[in-house]
Amino acid sequence: MPKGSVAVTAERCKGCGFCVEFCPTHVLELSNAFNAKGYHPPHMVNAEKCSGCNLCGMYCPDFAIFGYRFPDAKNQKKEA
Amino acid sequence: MSTTADLHIHNPVEDVLRKERIPTIWCPGCGIGTTVNSFAAALLGQDIDLKKTAIVSGIGCSGRVSGYMALDSFHTTHGRAIPFATGLKLANPELNVIVYSGDGDLTSIGGNHLIHAARRNMDIMVVCVNNMIYAMTGGQAAATTPGNSITTTSPFGSFEPEICLPQLVDAAGAVFVARWTAYHVKQLERTMAKALKKKGFRFIEVLTPCPTLYQRRNNMGDGLAAMVDYKNRSKIRNGAPTYEVALEPGGEIVVGEFVDREREDYLTRMRRQLGTNYSELPPQPEEEEQEGCCSSC
Amino acid sequence: MMHADPNCVLTGTHFMNGDAACCEGAIAAGARFAAGYPITPSTEVVERFAARVPKIGGIFIQMEDELAASITLQGMVWAGAKSFTVTSGPGYSLMMEHIGFAAMTETPCVFVNVQRGGPSTGLPTLPAQGDMMQARFGSHGDYSTISLVPNSPQECFSLTVKAFNLAEKFRVPVMFMMDECVGHMTEKVVIPDAKEIEVTPRRHASKPPSEFLLFEPGEELVPEMAHAGEGYKVYVTGLTHDKRGYPLMNPASQKELIPRLFEKISRAADELTIVESEGLEDADVVVVSYGITSRVAQRAIEMARAKGLKVGKLRLICVWPFPEKLIRELAPKVKALVMPELNMGQVVIELERCAGGQCKVISVPHPGGTVHKPADILAAIERGAQ
Repeated sequence: MPKGSVAVTAERCKGCGFCVEFCPTHVLELSNAFNAKGYHPPHMVNAEKCSGCNLCGMYCPDFAIFGYRFPDAKNQKKEA
Repeated sequence: MSTTADLHIHNPVEDVLRKERIPTIWCPGCGIGTTVNSFAAALLGQDIDLKKTAIVSGIGCSGRVSGYMALDSFHTTHGRAIPFATGLKLANPELNVIVYSGDGDLTSIGGNHLIHAARRNMDIMVVCVNNMIYAMTGGQAAATTPGNSITTTSPFGSFEPEICLPQLVDAAGAVFVARWTAYHVKQLERTMAKALKKKGFRFIEVLTPCPTLYQRRNNMGDGLAAMVDYKNRSKIRNGAPTYEVALEPGGEIVVGEFVDREREDYLTRMRRQLGTNYSELPPQPEEEEQEGCCSSC
Repeated sequence: MMHADPNCVLTGTHFMNGDAACCEGAIAAGARFAAGYPITPSTEVVERFAARVPKIGGIFIQMEDELAASITLQGMVWAGAKSFTVTSGPGYSLMMEHIGFAAMTETPCVFVNVQRGGPSTGLPTLPAQGDMMQARFGSHGDYSTISLVPNSPQECFSLTVKAFNLAEKFRVPVMFMMDECVGHMTEKVVIPDAKEIEVTPRRHASKPPSEFLLFEPGEELVPEMAHAGEGYKVYVTGLTHDKRGYPLMNPASQKELIPRLFEKISRAADELTIVESEGLEDADVVVVSYGITSRVAQRAIEMARAKGLKVGKLRLICVWPFPEKLIRELAPKVKALVMPELNMGQVVIELERCAGGQCKVISVPHPGGTVHKPADILAAIERGAQ
C-alpha cells in the first residue's frame, strides 16, 4: 500500500526530467503523452512505492508536480 | 489514485506564487524554479509575516523570480536590486527584504552595491542564482563564467577567470555566506530558513543549470546532466574558509554554510550611535552662515 | 491638503544659501529620507539633511555611487517615505536610468540637480544651465516629467516644497534644476509658519487589496499607490506593464501606458504654466529666462528700459512642461523673444518651436563658468527691438 502519491499539472511541465531522476524510490518516468507545448509530462510507473515525500515537487522548476502523503491521523493538509 | 481535489491539497509552493503568472519564462531544464521551491518552503516553514516581506530583483532570468512570488515584488533595473532593497529596509525596518537575482546582475553590473551592502551589513538577504552566464541576453560571458568557456561573446573561450563570490562577500563583511546548487534542494531550504531568521547581510549563492545558453555551447548536456554533475562533484564543507571554495572547471564544487557570524547591522549601529531616542539629541547649532565647502579644492 | 509638520519646520527669517534652503524645503515638504553621493556643488544639501534628520526621525544614507542613490531613494518611496536625492552634472548623468525607472513606475520623488559647467567633469565649482535638455529627455525612452528652476535661495525653499507636492500629485520624478550660483548664494530666506506650508499627501490606495489595481489610472489619470508591507502584494516593474503592474510587453500595452504617462502631465498644462512675468502687455521685446540667468536679465531689462525700449520679462519657473500656450499667444504680439541661457542654446529650441516664426527668437548663449554680462543681453534686446 503506497503511503502517498503525486499530482501532475501536465500543462506546466517542460519535460526536464528532474523529478524522474531524483525520486528516491524511482516512482516516475516521462510519459509518451504530449502536453500542449509538446513536452512529455511524468507519470507514475511504480505508484506503490511512492512515499509522498514531495522531493519531486522540490526539484520541479515549473511547479508542475508535487507529492503528498495519503491522509492519516498524522498528516491532514488543509486548503489554504 | 485519489485526486488532489478530493484530498483538498495543493502544491504548497503555490501559497507564495502568483499562480496566474505560471508557466514561467524559464527554459526546460533551467534550475531557477527549483531554487524557488526551496525558497518557498523556507518562507512557509518559518514564522514570517508574508505581508511584511518584500522581494527585489534586478534584470535577467533570475530577475523574474520577484514577479512570480506573491509578495511585495519589485523588478528593478539591471544591477540595482540591492540599493533598491536598501531603500525599502531603511524607510520601513519592519520589512523582511530579500533580493533574488542572478550572477551577472548582482556581481558584475551590481558588484559595487554587493560589496557595499555587505560592508554596511545592511539587513537584507541576497539569493544569487548563479547560472554562470548572461542568459536572458543570449549567453554572453559573465564574471562568473568559468575560464575558457565558449560563450556568444567569447567564441574562442573566455580569457578571464571567474569570480569567487563567497570569498568576495565574506571579505566585504557579510554575516552569513553559503553556497549550494540546485541539486541540494533540502539543504538550500534549511539554509534559506536559517538566513531568513538572521539579521544583517546574508548571501546565498546557488549554482543552477543553464542548458540553453551556457551548457549547449560547451557540450555539457542538458539541465538534468548539470544537476547530476552537481550531485557528483559537490562536496559539503560547512565552515570552509571562503578562500578555499573557488570553483574550478570540472573540479570539486564546495558547498555548505561557510560564514555565520554576528556583527551589528547598519540600522542597529545607527541607532546605537545616535542614541535610542533621536529627538533627545542635543539641538544642532545653526550653520547658516558657514560656507561649508572649500569650493576651489 | 495637509500642512507641514511644525516640529520640523524652521519657521523664521534666515540668512542661508540655496543648498541649505533646498534642504529645509525638502524637510518642510515631508521628506525624511534621502540617499546621495557627494558631488560639488550640491553636497551641502545632503550635508545639512544628514545633520537635521536624525532629530526628526529620518535617515540619510550616503551610497556608493549615484546609480545606487537614485534607486535607493525609490526603495524608500515604495516603503512609504517621501525621498529625494541631490547631485550635479556627472552624477545626474549616472542617475538617468533611474529617472526613467521612476517615470515608468510612477514613483513620486525629487531629483535635485545643482548644475555646474560641463560636459564631463567640466567646471565642478562654477555655474551652468547645461542640463536642461537632459532634465527633459535624459533617460532613454519616452516619458514626461516636471522641471522647476529656482532663481534665489528663497525659491530654493518654496519651490522644493512645490517640487515634492507636484511629484505626489502627478506621481512623477520632479527635476529641481538649481545651479551653482543659486546653490551657493546666501540671501534672506523666510520660512513661513508650518500651517502656511501646504503639503500634498501621497495618493494612497483607497480600496482594499482584493479590489485594488496598482496601475489603474485614477483621478487625473494618476494611479493610487500602495506600499510594501501593507498587504497589497504590489508588483512594480520597469517593463511595460498592465494595470496590475504585471509585465505585458506588446504594442497594445505600450500604447495604453506610455501616452498616459504624457497625458497626465499635458492635461495639466495650465496648472504647470508657472512663470513670473512683468510688462508683457505693451512689450516689443520679451526676455525669456530661467534660474540665475533671470537675475542678470532683470538688469539688462532695466538698462533697456532706461534707453526707452519696451521690454517685458518672462521668467520660466516651470521649464518642463514648457509653457507652450503662453508663448504661442505672446509671439505674435512682440517683435522678438530674447533668451539668455548658461548653455549653448537648449530651451531656446523649444521657445523657437512655440514662437512658430511669429517673431524673432534671439538666443544669447553662454558656455557657463560665470553668468552673462547684462550688456550681452542688452545687445540682444536692442537687436530684437529693431
